[in-house]
Amino acid sequence: MAENVRPRVKVPSTADAGGTVTIKTLISHQMESGQRKDDNGETIPRSIINRFVVDFNGENVIDVKMEPAISTNPYFEFEAKVPESGTFSFTWYDDDGSVYEDSKDITVS
Amino acid sequence: MTASLYGAVLLAALAAGAAYADEDADLVVNGEIEMTVRAPAPDHVEGLSEIMSGWLFRSDETQAVQMDDFDNPGMIFVDAGRETFNAEIGADGESCASCHEGPETLADVRPTYPKWDPERETVQTVEMQVNECVTERMNLPEWKYTGDDMVNMTALLASAARGKPVDVAIDGPAQSTWEQGKEMYYTRYGQLELSCANCHEDNYGNNIRADHLSQGQINGFPTYRLKNAKLNAVQSRFKGCIRDTRAETFSPGSAEFVALELYVASRGNGLSVEGPSVRN
Amino acid sequence: MKLTRRETIVLGFGTAITAMLPLAAGAAPEDKIKEFTGGAETVSEGLTLTAPEIAENGNTVPIEVSAPGAEAILVLAPGNPNPDVGTFRFGPLAGSQTASTRIRLAETQELVAIAKLSDGSFARATKEVKVTIGGCGG
Repeated sequence: MAENVRPRVKVPSTADAGGTVTIKTLISHQMESGQRKDDNGETIPRSIINRFVVDFNGENVIDVKMEPAISTNPYFEFEAKVPESGTFSFTWYDDDGSVYEDSKDITVS
Repeated sequence: MTASLYGAVLLAALAAGAAYADEDADLVVNGEIEMTVRAPAPDHVEGLSEIMSGWLFRSDETQAVQMDDFDNPGMIFVDAGRETFNAEIGADGESCASCHEGPETLADVRPTYPKWDPERETVQTVEMQVNECVTERMNLPEWKYTGDDMVNMTALLASAARGKPVDVAIDGPAQSTWEQGKEMYYTRYGQLELSCANCHEDNYGNNIRADHLSQGQINGFPTYRLKNAKLNAVQSRFKGCIRDTRAETFSPGSAEFVALELYVASRGNGLSVEGPSVRN
Repeated sequence: MKLTRRETIVLGFGTAITAMLPLAAGAAPEDKIKEFTGGAETVSEGLTLTAPEIAENGNTVPIEVSAPGAEAILVLAPGNPNPDVGTFRFGPLAGSQTASTRIRLAETQELVAIAKLSDGSFARATKEVKVTIGGCGG
């Protein structure tokens, strides 16, 4: 697992039934591109998060294929429909096989 | 081309490119923390009539990133600092929280440092004060002056003080250190023969190549730079600046940089503490 | 500040080199697009790509793509050593087919986005982003 990886997500705690909410996510990760060289001139191997998936109650919201051009500490902002109360799940997949997860509950009023 | 001519060309280059920064903007973070980003210059700053936060010199997009704590990646490191603050890391299981209830009880620290320490008879930076706790209260090896633990902790202490005005004391026993810092500020360093003042007092608002020069205020440190996508300690930035003049630099934590930090901090007396800020 | 003739020439030379850089991009991005579209024609309606005209630092450039009803949006930075940026696929619970992120751009270039729309057609949008080279490496 890459060091010091912290997911952060921002989801409103309530929504109107059938309404949409804005979601922001940020995860601390170096996103080593594979293009950089170290002090000895050796290429630093690529080590990135390559996929980011958001589901709500098991149904997909967004699925992002991420490449090395995504900046360090990857940030995403998007909108989701909220048909009922439930749980958003957030999953980041690292090149090294690590999986980082977070979740947020939302109540429909 | 001689070095000094090269320096002059650097300063003159692309002076028209400044149009994209909004110097009239107001900074309110999370819609609630109102920051003072421009203020009358303190009496001891002879070369400026108004002091301006570096935030004003950034593009709309960069300004926006600092206006919301979620968008500001520097806040990740505040969270990391908070975990360390509460962690029982001391040799006998002490944590920062065992003496200091919470970071908010330390909200007067960031605005008033560097500060004269009567016991040690020297001017101490926040980093030196933190290391005093780390080595003497927690009996741990000292933290690296610009290492992750230290930068995260200074980010936490700055965030607890956001919106409060910078108010460092320059008189009394701190005065000689302040004078030393002032002299450094106006001394030309390096092959390019540039002083801090050449860029940040004489030419703020102009461009150095494509970079829009600010007043070099340090109220926003530690600062998350888009360039290296991490939090940068103020003395790391000093080192970068002096290196850019093509000089041998001082080291972070050196007596010279402590003096310079006190002086530069005093030039921002009246601006709000913004750390962790976002810059290019 | 007044520039001498010699200084002006030096500055102009630097600008000319910067202007030539986008030519370095190869044909690979077109192949990526073909892979995404299966060779279908693209139209210019239906997709918006937003990015700053001038990025303060190429290491962190905010972008947004938006294509109402789209299934997926591909983003490419043809001027990067590796032109791939990412592909956004929108699920049934997407509140809109809009997403923002922050990306790395190696140099001034024209970003390209391709959206696969709900009727199976493809839209293309481009946006030039100037990447400034700062004076203070810090």
